[in-house]
Amino acid sequence: MKKTYKIEVDCANCANKMEDAAKKTAGVKNATVNFMTLKMNVEFEEGQDPKSVMREVRANCKKVEDDCEVFI
Amino acid sequence: MNKKQKKMLIRIILAAFLMIVLHFLPVKGAIRFGLYLVPYLIIGYDILIKAGKGIKNRQVFDENFLMAVATLGAIMLAVYKDGDYTEAIAVMLFYQVGEWFQSYAVGKSRRNISELMDIRPDYANVEQDGKLVQVDPDEVEIGGIIIVQPGEKVPVDGIVTEGSSSLDTSALTGESIPREVGRGEEIISGCINMTGVLKIRTTKEFGESTVSRILDLVENASSRKSKSEDFISRFAKVYTPLVCCSALALALLPPLLRMSVLGLPAEWGDWFYRALTFLVISCPCALVVSIPLSFFAGIGGAGNAGVLVKGSNYLEAMSRTRYVVFDKTGTLTQGVFEVNAVHHNSLDQEKLLEYAALAESASSHPISKSLKKAYGEPIDRSRVNDIREISGNGVIASVDGLSVAVGNAKLMKRLQVEYRDCHHTGTIVHMAIDGVYAGHIVISDLIKPHAKEAVAALKSAGVTRTIMLTGDVDAVAEQVAEELGIDEVYSELLPEGKVKKVEELLEKRGGKERLVFVGDGINDAPVLSRADIGIAMGALGSDAAIEAADVVLMDDDPLKIAKAIRISRKCLRIVYENIWFAIGIKVICLLLGALGIANMWLAVFADVGVMILAVLNAIRALFVKKL
Repeated sequence: MKKTYKIEVDCANCANKMEDAAKKTAGVKNATVNFMTLKMNVEFEEGQDPKSVMREVRANCKKVEDDCEVFI
Repeated sequence: MNKKQKKMLIRIILAAFLMIVLHFLPVKGAIRFGLYLVPYLIIGYDILIKAGKGIKNRQVFDENFLMAVATLGAIMLAVYKDGDYTEAIAVMLFYQVGEWFQSYAVGKSRRNISELMDIRPDYANVEQDGKLVQVDPDEVEIGGIIIVQPGEKVPVDGIVTEGSSSLDTSALTGESIPREVGRGEEIISGCINMTGVLKIRTTKEFGESTVSRILDLVENASSRKSKSEDFISRFAKVYTPLVCCSALALALLPPLLRMSVLGLPAEWGDWFYRALTFLVISCPCALVVSIPLSFFAGIGGAGNAGVLVKGSNYLEAMSRTRYVVFDKTGTLTQGVFEVNAVHHNSLDQEKLLEYAALAESASSHPISKSLKKAYGEPIDRSRVNDIREISGNGVIASVDGLSVAVGNAKLMKRLQVEYRDCHHTGTIVHMAIDGVYAGHIVISDLIKPHAKEAVAALKSAGVTRTIMLTGDVDAVAEQVAEELGIDEVYSELLPEGKVKKVEELLEKRGGKERLVFVGDGINDAPVLSRADIGIAMGALGSDAAIEAADVVLMDDDPLKIAKAIRISRKCLRIVYENIWFAIGIKVICLLLGALGIANMWLAVFADVGVMILAVLNAIRALFVKKL
């Protein structure tokens, strides 16, 4: 399953870091962050609950870049 | 400017002002240190806080952390020598100016590009109890009636049930000539109604309408990242740690070497300073922001010109196009059969056409349609009777009491009429009246007005070979290819044959060369997806084509193919310029810093300057009008 989320982040490199953080989150099959459109596309692994996975994604993103937001 | 940016600007101005004032204050020692700390904290407090959080989260190579180390280090050196505090403040100041500019420029281009694609309708007019009510386009159901007044956008795809008007389709197709619509005609969302009130019965939901699909496509485009973008993010990942390690080495190794081997004074302070200079250049931001920005601007500019690119990767691939494979019908030709020539015997040309149209009046075959169109007048069916259709041959009918036979060579043979062959290529319709040969009419597919220029334009855009595939007969294909200047032709191909041919060509092409297939999206979805880049043209409204293609041309002008390639080449040129420029300047700064030639001022100037120039250069990709 794929979903798109709005994000907020100020610098392009931070967006890359968020992408990496999201990719490494358990339950996420793949993720891309689009800095220009401020969107995060997340592909979840089978049988995962997007809501709870996304809460993890947000927490991991905050770890690498304090000043960011993922709107779940 | 948003709130954050305004606040930042105030901080920048305040810190700069304080720094200048302090420069002229004759204070010394601890007071001086305390005073200089004020502008430093004003401009840098958030960086210091973020650096602290970064340490907590074990993000060692975080830009904020490095910036904090560099500036705090510079302050320490200044305290030690009671020297120049301005350097640390200036580094922080310029760093923040750079970040501010980046955020401002990116925000601005985000808005610009979304304005370019400003086709999203805000509301739909629905009639309720005799009054017009504005509702959310999402709420309009399929089959609902909406009303579009002059000056408004058509919100949902549908069919005109009442009224006629001209439509401005420029936001969708980039075509400035208005399109006329009337009752019973299809209308696509995103057009602007210019003259009359239109009543439209919707055929799709808003979410499935053209305008939603296009917006969706454009907004998701840069999620498919190009190789250049991947390269840059990989580069950024190694760059920062590498520079930091070199900084550490620079701070430790040379002094130790000097002390132990050369027997010179260590000059710890000097090398420490040089290492700090390294840290100032360690942020990869200029690169990391300018590459996606270039692609985003390129895709936005292309969208504005009526070329929808589905991803940065396709834009990148398109810039290396060497082979362009066309489908003939609907791409290079109009796909509409028209009477091209009338070769008559004794009868008038008009008369011959009139008889042909009358005899064919009952048929709905494309050939008879084009005959009727060429005749151009309403058909009086009472003049025709006794119509006999002979399958695969033609029609025999009695028109004004004369026996008119209209059909191919087989029909003439069957009627034992001596006919003459035609030197023209196309479909030949022979006619016999009362058993006597009366002449023939040539019907053929018309070449699109810009097709020839389009092929030439492709050549000048770096395409080495143009190839045409068609299901049509050899003679027609050869003639079209010769007229347009196409290099290779493969004719009488079935749809599977086209896929095979494209696969063969794909094997022949060199490693970095790319092959584009251009089709009209009808029956060629498999080929579109098989080619390196599939371009569907004039595909507005054809969902299958939009789905299968990588690039969608909103109108069916073949000149747009070359334009799309030129846009991609410009964008990629900018991308490479930025990559080389930014990396080059950084490397030079690092070298000069290591040699002690560049101080922190120069380093931060160069770093921020590169970013500003790279961002401005990236925005250039947006301007594609004159390409």
